[in-house]
Amino acid sequence: MKSGFSSDGSPVSRLVEAFHKLPGIGPKVAQRLTYHLLRAPEEEARALAEAILDVKEKIRLCSRCFNITDIDPCTFCGDEGRDRTMVCVVEKPLDLLAVERVGKYKGLYHVLHGALAPNEGVGPEGLKVKELLARLQGSPVREVILATNTSLEGETTAMYLQRVLSPLGIRVTRLARGLPFGADLEYADDLTLSTAIEGRQPV
Amino acid sequence: MPQPRVYETEAVVIRKMNLGEADRLLTLYTSSLGKVRAVAKGVRRPRSKLGGNVELLTCSRLMLARGRNLDIITQSQTIDSFMAMKTDLQRTSWGLYVAELVDRFTPERQASRALFELLLKTLNRLAGDGVGETALRYFELHLLELAGYRPQLSRCPGCNTELPLSCRLSFSPVAGGLLCMRCRAGEPEVVSLSADAIRMLGRLQDSDGEDVLKTGLSQALNA
Ligand SMILES: [Zn+2]
Ligand SMILES: [Zn+2]
Repeated sequence: MKSGFSSDGSPVSRLVEAFHKLPGIGPKVAQRLTYHLLRAPEEEARALAEAILDVKEKIRLCSRCFNITDIDPCTFCGDEGRDRTMVCVVEKPLDLLAVERVGKYKGLYHVLHGALAPNEGVGPEGLKVKELLARLQGSPVREVILATNTSLEGETTAMYLQRVLSPLGIRVTRLARGLPFGADLEYADDLTLSTAIEGRQPV
Repeated sequence: MPQPRVYETEAVVIRKMNLGEADRLLTLYTSSLGKVRAVAKGVRRPRSKLGGNVELLTCSRLMLARGRNLDIITQSQTIDSFMAMKTDLQRTSWGLYVAELVDRFTPERQASRALFELLLKTLNRLAGDGVGETALRYFELHLLELAGYRPQLSRCPGCNTELPLSCRLSFSPVAGGLLCMRCRAGEPEVVSLSADAIRMLGRLQDSDGEDVLKTGLSQALNA
């Protein structure tokens, strides 16, 4: 087997190419996955193909919070037991899952699908900001929690949201930033350390 | 003689891109090598030792290991995170604009200590309480100069005659300077500049900009 592959249009090379297009999958891994499937039982291959098609056909964005979902509104927006006075704003669906995994937050979500990155051509119109403002108008929401990343883009997005949300008279909070558990003070950067000092708590 | 495998440099992160699960591909402007692209491994995990030291618009002392394609950041310590700039939306966007210009104007691995100093000076100004826009104009003028495009403001680039002081003149981006009345006639693409604006450009070009920075452009123009 050669390490490179030519696209001769055969089913095998088409599958190798398709895997290779996925993020984080190099040509070698693409070949290994393809040859794994060649030897795998037919049901396994069929299940994979159907799961992929289902994702594309049935998964869409929730019309309220823009989380990925197979029902609209999604299970979070549709759950009457959740606190409708709080909205937690995250950058991407995986961040929502991370917050949810902790089990501490019982309010609603809003997924921006990115963060402001002017140098990469992402402005507010490329994010679900308009949609956030629209759903907050006249809603029972009393607090918006900004849970964007602590990266420069995440911080910039939070500053921007804080500015556009303030006229609505809703309480806007930001997730506490500071030292992560298990961190070594010695390695903490200035910004982390200084926010950690500002946000210190009585013990 | 083979190059040493590891090296240390000061660097400002001017661009970043997520790579794989937890890594980032960074574009650095370094004091010793100019623009360098390097990988920060595991930096997106909360416990990464690189963490905020390699955030955009942060100046750090870095240790890098030469890789086959890209160098790898092994250690980092923040020198200045320009915090006052990053807690202001407008100033952050100016900082990003500066980073983008540096990225666009520089080839990889062509060292320029002067450009590194200019970048630091500008980020410091954006994090200070001077007038941000003046700092940007200063940066642009001097970036052009370092890139070999110093705008000619005292002699006409067309005929080399000395230009009259204190009158409105036309600036030609193609000719790279202010044109005299005669040369201006044949130039279709010019920008008309007032005598005040020309004086201002001259002051920014020939000083370290500190005096103008305190007052801002409009006040300085009226002075
Ligand atoms: Zn929803
Ligand atoms: Zn002339």
